[in-house]
Amino acid sequence: MNVPANLFYTKDHEWARVEGKKVYVGITDHAQSALGDITFVDLPKIAEELKQAKYCATVESVKAASEVYAPFSGKVILVNSDLAAHPELVNQSPYEKGYFFVMEISNESEKTNLMDAKAYTVYLEGLSK
Amino acid sequence: MNKTPLYEAHVALGAKMAPFGGWLMPIQYEGILAEHAHTRNGVCVFDICHMGEFLIEGDAVKIGLDQIVTQDITSMPEGACRYGFMLNKHGGGIDDLVVYRIKKDSWMLVVNAATIWKDETHLKENFRGEYRFENVSSATGKLDVQGLQSKELLNGIFGENIAKLKYYTFADFIFDKVRCIISRTGYTGELGYEIYAPNEQIVKLWDLLLSDPRVKPAGLGCRDTLRLEMGYPLYGQDIDADHSPIAAGFEKYVDFFKEFIGKAALLEEKSSGSKEHLICFKADSRRSPRHNFAIYAQGKQIGVVTSGSFSPSLGVGIGMGYVSGNCSVGDKLVVKEAATEIPVTVVKKPFIGKTSL
Repeated sequence: MNVPANLFYTKDHEWARVEGKKVYVGITDHAQSALGDITFVDLPKIAEELKQAKYCATVESVKAASEVYAPFSGKVILVNSDLAAHPELVNQSPYEKGYFFVMEISNESEKTNLMDAKAYTVYLEGLSK
Repeated sequence: MNKTPLYEAHVALGAKMAPFGGWLMPIQYEGILAEHAHTRNGVCVFDICHMGEFLIEGDAVKIGLDQIVTQDITSMPEGACRYGFMLNKHGGGIDDLVVYRIKKDSWMLVVNAATIWKDETHLKENFRGEYRFENVSSATGKLDVQGLQSKELLNGIFGENIAKLKYYTFADFIFDKVRCIISRTGYTGELGYEIYAPNEQIVKLWDLLLSDPRVKPAGLGCRDTLRLEMGYPLYGQDIDADHSPIAAGFEKYVDFFKEFIGKAALLEEKSSGSKEHLICFKADSRRSPRHNFAIYAQGKQIGVVTSGSFSPSLGVGIGMGYVSGNCSVGDKLVVKEAATEIPVTVVKKPFIGKTSL
């Protein structure tokens, strides 16, 4: 499973790439693989205020719908509009072309509630046991 | 949890396994969308060993078999298959099944995996006189080979008699020196075959089929999307003990010119009208209705989704569900679950146009 070193991770398999106040958000390689073919992504609206660990998006696969939770608190400043016509980008490129949205975070210290790549890798190993 | 003789093969192929009807079954290998497309455009093989097979010998009318099935099975030629239902006395579905007439007084019944024991009990309770019944489910394997290229593929393995099989007929074939039954039937809406053989031969046949570059393995995930696009019902979801074939819209598989268990209740339902009807609907978007989501019309709940999924062929969500009251093709409804609202339009089945069937 691909777990890039420069990202933060949640227990619900979201990732966050912190670039100063800007944070890219998506679901992990493990999440897309477990869900299977992604058929629809319901994204938050631009300017929507999100709270860490609270609902922010829905991702649907052929078999099921799953909720996605915000890795940080903050405001949505950009959504990945390519996903509307090409939700398969989440399967093909979960950390790049398949990102969900970009948010402006209000409190960077919330990252202490997240895992780094090493901790997430250990967490995934625990799940597969 | 039961495992089919192909369990190891599925794991080796990297399949995602999940429980279905008491069996640990492959849901997908490469992915549901790819397997769905390859069944519609090429050929796929499905492990369907979990399903049940009963061998019955006796005169169908004298032993009561004809009265257990909603279709007239006495008019079937030898080598024919016929789809029908077993009903309780209230007209509710005990199971849907395919009857194979092997010889004049020799039958094979193919039933759902989760209902094998219930069906066996129901049959034995209603049989009379002299009959022979054998539940051969655990010794009998079943592979479904489905798709446009299935005829050519199986001709290469079993010989040209494959091409002679008409829709809903079967014949004996030899594989690995052992007799097997192949019918031109399926649950995908494509040209296809169902192969019944002893477990040992099923494992060899699976390997042989997959050694052909045209063939991909397909799991129960795409079996569900393929059958739903055709409007085929799944027992336990779209048909069950609380709904009759009339309510489900499958009256054409019920023969009112003969006697069968549940007939009086069905006649009563025909004259007074069904309380609910199974409808088909298509989402206006890629959002998928799901099993148990509520169906609303003009702000009021009128029913519940029984099957729902993304339709790979149409690129939108599709579903079926029971609703009370009148509903016609073209009606706009809303499927709801918590904050999710999916606008849908009532459509006719099948959801998709012409297939290779």
